[in-house]
Amino acid sequence: MQTSTVFLVLIALTFVSFIAGRKRSHKVAMAMGEGGMSLLHSLPKHYGYMAGLWAALPALLLLVLWVGFEPRVIHKLVVEELPVAVQQLPHSELGLYYNQIVSYASGSSDADLLDQAQVSAADHYLELKSTSGVMKALLVALVAVIGGVLAVQRVTPALRARNHVESICKWILFACSFIAVLITLGIVLSVLFEALRFFQTIPLTDFLFGLQWSPQMAIRIDQVAASGSFGFVPLLVGTLLISMVAMVIAVPVGLMSAIYLSEYASRRFRAVTKPVLEILAGVPTVVYGFFAALTVAPFIRNLGESLGLTVASESALAAGIVMGIMIIPFVMSLSDDIINAVPDTMREASLGMGATMNETIRKVLIPAALPGIVGGILLAVSRAIGETMIVVMAAGLSAKLTANPLEAVTTITVQIVTLLVGDQEFDSPKTLAAFALGLVLFFVTLLLNVVALYVVRKYREQYE
Amino acid sequence: MSNQDSYKNTEVIQASLKKRYAREKRFQWYGRLAVLTGFAFLFILLFDIVSKGYPAFTQQYIQLSVDFDADRLGVEPGASSEALYQADYLGVVKASLRQMFPEASGRQEKRQLYRLISIGAEYQLRDYVIDNPQVIGKTQDIWLMAHSEAGAYLKGQVTREIPETDRRVKDTQMQWLDSLAQQGRTESRFNTLFFSTGDSREPELAGIKAALYGSFFTLLVTFLLAFPIGVFAAVYLEEFAPRNRLTDLIEININNLAAVPSIVFGLLGLAVFINFFELPRSAPLVGGIVLSLMTLPTIIITSRAAIQSVSPSIRQAALGVGASPLQTVFHHVLPVAMPGILTGSIIGMAQALGESAPLLMIGMVAFIMDVPGGVTDPATVLPVQIFLWADSPERGFMEKTSAAIMVLMGFLIVMNALAIYLRKRFELK
Repeated sequence: MQTSTVFLVLIALTFVSFIAGRKRSHKVAMAMGEGGMSLLHSLPKHYGYMAGLWAALPALLLLVLWVGFEPRVIHKLVVEELPVAVQQLPHSELGLYYNQIVSYASGSSDADLLDQAQVSAADHYLELKSTSGVMKALLVALVAVIGGVLAVQRVTPALRARNHVESICKWILFACSFIAVLITLGIVLSVLFEALRFFQTIPLTDFLFGLQWSPQMAIRIDQVAASGSFGFVPLLVGTLLISMVAMVIAVPVGLMSAIYLSEYASRRFRAVTKPVLEILAGVPTVVYGFFAALTVAPFIRNLGESLGLTVASESALAAGIVMGIMIIPFVMSLSDDIINAVPDTMREASLGMGATMNETIRKVLIPAALPGIVGGILLAVSRAIGETMIVVMAAGLSAKLTANPLEAVTTITVQIVTLLVGDQEFDSPKTLAAFALGLVLFFVTLLLNVVALYVVRKYREQYE
Repeated sequence: MSNQDSYKNTEVIQASLKKRYAREKRFQWYGRLAVLTGFAFLFILLFDIVSKGYPAFTQQYIQLSVDFDADRLGVEPGASSEALYQADYLGVVKASLRQMFPEASGRQEKRQLYRLISIGAEYQLRDYVIDNPQVIGKTQDIWLMAHSEAGAYLKGQVTREIPETDRRVKDTQMQWLDSLAQQGRTESRFNTLFFSTGDSREPELAGIKAALYGSFFTLLVTFLLAFPIGVFAAVYLEEFAPRNRLTDLIEININNLAAVPSIVFGLLGLAVFINFFELPRSAPLVGGIVLSLMTLPTIIITSRAAIQSVSPSIRQAALGVGASPLQTVFHHVLPVAMPGILTGSIIGMAQALGESAPLLMIGMVAFIMDVPGGVTDPATVLPVQIFLWADSPERGFMEKTSAAIMVLMGFLIVMNALAIYLRKRFELK
């Protein structure tokens, strides 16, 4: 049975339980004689909520777990029935073999592509699937009914139904906020787990200190270790190069805009200008990527050629400039917050001594705000390092160890995308390398953020 | 200290004043320049997209006098619509082109002649004949879609100044197109196909409908997951959480998640939802889950701010008349905070709508021609469609890309305007 149907049935059962719980509370109250309603601890609807929650929650949990694990379990059962020769295939080929079965079973490919074992396995698959569907529906309904009935039976005038419902609700609220921890845990574990498998084939030192990155060559596992082509240094250098170009654009423009808008500009000018500049932050990154690849890169290339320079068509400069444009509003609003946090007394003291506004800004405000500004810049750098679409569309693919922004370099995020997009086999070092890169990316950005947030907070406390 | 000394000081200060004021002026100009630079970047970006994209909203049509010869179509007069479905419409198009330009000779020239008309013309004629079977055996003037390269010439994007080797439209084709234009047999219409079809290998046939539906389903999943979870989490953290280590841990986690690069969420989705739970690849379901994990921190942080700003007197009044803490929150605090929460959620949804990197990881980069019918069908989303078209070498796709960007930005502007409107109303209260 379809999951959506089961879900609708579950909703219906929940509703029935709610009605039953409410009715029962009426009944037990009336049984107490005249004025029995006032003897109920909670309102009748609370008894209804209680019954509804008891019907819905356990069954919903079961349904989610069932839907989550069903494909895995069926996969296992189908593979166990396959001929022994097939079962001993390498993991990736077995996966392909199984995918063919599934796509035939779901009717999206023809039988003539498959051998006899696959066709019978597909029948087996469909059979398991329908059994699982029926069992899912029955079990979920059963759990819902049991939950509802048990809750309804417990209804007595003394039952503190409201408190009961409220404590369940509080637990639900807690679970929702705990999801944040689960997400972080999920990220760390999934990336770490795959990265560790990668480091079993490629030594950690080769990865961290290797100067060569050419994962496309690593088709056979024995070849990898020999060529040592998973060196991470060129990617890091490329990432930092592009980020640096971005900062060269974003920091002066963002910081000066923030200073001008908070210290010089009239209230009206500021009210118009800030939202307009913040549009830059709302533009999707894929749009920036398109702009970088089709407008900025050819422009820079032509400009360079007319000056007699050789510029790669996917130069780090083009990607960096566009990334800088994207980060301008980010730097601007961070610096704006920080400059505004400097107490007015410091400004007024400096101005009162006869300093010009310019001198006040440069000799008083900026030194006072420096830690905060540095923190903001670190946050912006972490943004630039993690940015993906601009570099995927406008930066190069081949890793080159260079500090020349006119050449094409590649970045960590570009490599993650190129290693994983369109690749079905999941066990080659090539795909696992993407997870190792993801791990590095996660920890680098995490470190930058933690440091930056710490610096900014310390700075704020200083003036509070 | 004598009077003379202080007089001297004043003189020194006076002398330096000009320089200091000049520096002050200069500094102000740097500031103005910085703001202007930001404006200039924004203007160039928008101008570039719009100037590249607006031609995609028109489609060129060419009028051919088509001879619906039953023999050439390979059908009997009065054939069933099934037989008509199978008929040879391409042959008919080619024949009428040859008839109009008998001077085209040789394989190469003929092929160039056929390339004036889109290959979609075949299906256009098929639908026309099935609707009007009486045309078989007659000759009729019919407007057919122009090929994207021929269309580019008719729109004036390709001119004769470009050397012939650098353009796809050759000189002979230009002559034919000119003569068609002189006879009034070319026309430019609003491109409705762009909004009513899925992706295609031919630029003139490619549309964004499939991607729009994909985006819709993905955002639906994102909203259904992220909104309740985000609001509940914010309520817990603001109203119920005890001050302890666990709460601190949760708060630190939320702040850090807000800064995790989006592509890392894609890796999580790939490892957990695709490889471990074996959910379908390329499906809006998985895309929506991944994007909801990504937008959760935004929604939690803004919802917390909105809940915080609800005046304590409302809480105290509710508690004072005997409401339980939960009733206070759900009956009184949340309704007041709702505009703020919605503002944050809409901004989060707008972020999710523009996001593409994590979706590349979970296989939503497929070539999708059919409009997805549900959350488990293979689909792509608008930003990823833009990414795919931007990679295509044909110039026809470049204007499609820009046009798709314009549509995407239109949606974002509407969403953000809605958020600003809500915030403004909220502030007035």
